[in-house]
Amino acid sequence: MFDYTFQWRATLRALPDMLAGAWVTFETAALSMIFGVLIALALTVMREARHPLLRGIGNGWVSIARNTPSLFQIYVLYFGLGSLGLHVSSWFALLAGITFNNAGYLAENFRGGLKAVPGTQVRAARSLGMSAFQTYRMIVVPQLLRIVFYPLSNQMVWAVLMTSLGVIVGLNNDLTGVTQDYNVKTFRTFEYFTIAAVLYYLIAKAIVATARLMAWRLFRY
Amino acid sequence: MFSTSFSWNDLQFLLNGAWVTLQLTCWAILLGTFAGLIFGLLRALLPRASLPLAWVLDVFRSVPLLIQFVLFNSLKSIVGLNISAFSVGCIVLGVYAAAYFTEIVRGGVLSVPLTVRRASRSLGLSFFQDLRWIVLPMASRVAFPGWLNLVLGVMKDTALVMWIGIVELLRASQTIVTRIQEPLLVLCIAGLIYYVMSLVVARLGARLERRWQEND
Repeated sequence: MFDYTFQWRATLRALPDMLAGAWVTFETAALSMIFGVLIALALTVMREARHPLLRGIGNGWVSIARNTPSLFQIYVLYFGLGSLGLHVSSWFALLAGITFNNAGYLAENFRGGLKAVPGTQVRAARSLGMSAFQTYRMIVVPQLLRIVFYPLSNQMVWAVLMTSLGVIVGLNNDLTGVTQDYNVKTFRTFEYFTIAAVLYYLIAKAIVATARLMAWRLFRY
Repeated sequence: MFSTSFSWNDLQFLLNGAWVTLQLTCWAILLGTFAGLIFGLLRALLPRASLPLAWVLDVFRSVPLLIQFVLFNSLKSIVGLNISAFSVGCIVLGVYAAAYFTEIVRGGVLSVPLTVRRASRSLGLSFFQDLRWIVLPMASRVAFPGWLNLVLGVMKDTALVMWIGIVELLRASQTIVTRIQEPLLVLCIAGLIYYVMSLVVARLGARLERRWQEND
């Protein structure tokens, strides 16, 4: 029944390539988080705005990002934009898809965080002569980031896990893509994907540990 | 000017895919809820002894679902299990859901104040009576929004089973795209179906939550 021989030695020779892929994965996730946070902040402000169009765009973005699969979002960017004559690379489609998704989820987190910043502080800041933008930048956002720090680190882990979807639209230099390349060459599916799983696990744990360390350093007082 | 070769048959094909998606979600949630409930109670009541369980479940939350599918699918072939790809999808998604639901249940159980449990015990309830009549009803109120989020999450994650060859909604839409070459239209329809399914589940859940709160 069980007549399979594992070939770990041969598989481990692919490790340097896979580590390079892991770096691409991490980079993509980090980029998508940076853009995601910026867009999410903009969306949060837009959803609070009085203008119905701005509010509509903000709410629409969040509800589409949260109610459709992230793979679907990547698909639309990859195949959908292609049919409009905009041919994007699979890496770009992946990055844009994850950013879109991150921004939607983070905007919802930020809204929760925004509620925790008392309105009196905003009014106090305004009456001290700060402009609306200054109030946001110096009073609201710093407190907001502190509240959403843990959701943020969670989302970062999510972003890393989501980058594995790039392989479905043909990306071949991230961790899953490299693994799949080796897989189709050698058919040692189980061994290669086990190594990939271990690497993903290590990346996720490293992010969580870094977040803990940062929280300990940043929020001491 | 605007013409399309998207036909009623294609729509039916898409809806069939959506039905597979729903079935997968149902089975995965059933499995995940059942296992998650047991694991979560273990984690909350025996925190020290069930620590290894927490480590194992943590792995399922830190490895991409896509890789879990591939790994389990190849493991299935290595061991020689003869089960369909659909069952593989259900099992992997179920374990994945269980890993998340365990934390939700644990949070819910721990949110019941210890004083309440002591009070129920000193009123003469046994350990299991206390669990059944005091802790679970109170914890379920706390855990329900998390569970609902999980259902929505799993429904979206079913899209990944296309990688192991199950024709669900997204795969069905791709099949149609390959034939009629109108990706934007077909994907929009598929997205709309996902959106509606999520919205219906979310609305039903919100209604149930409101009804529960009235009785509290």
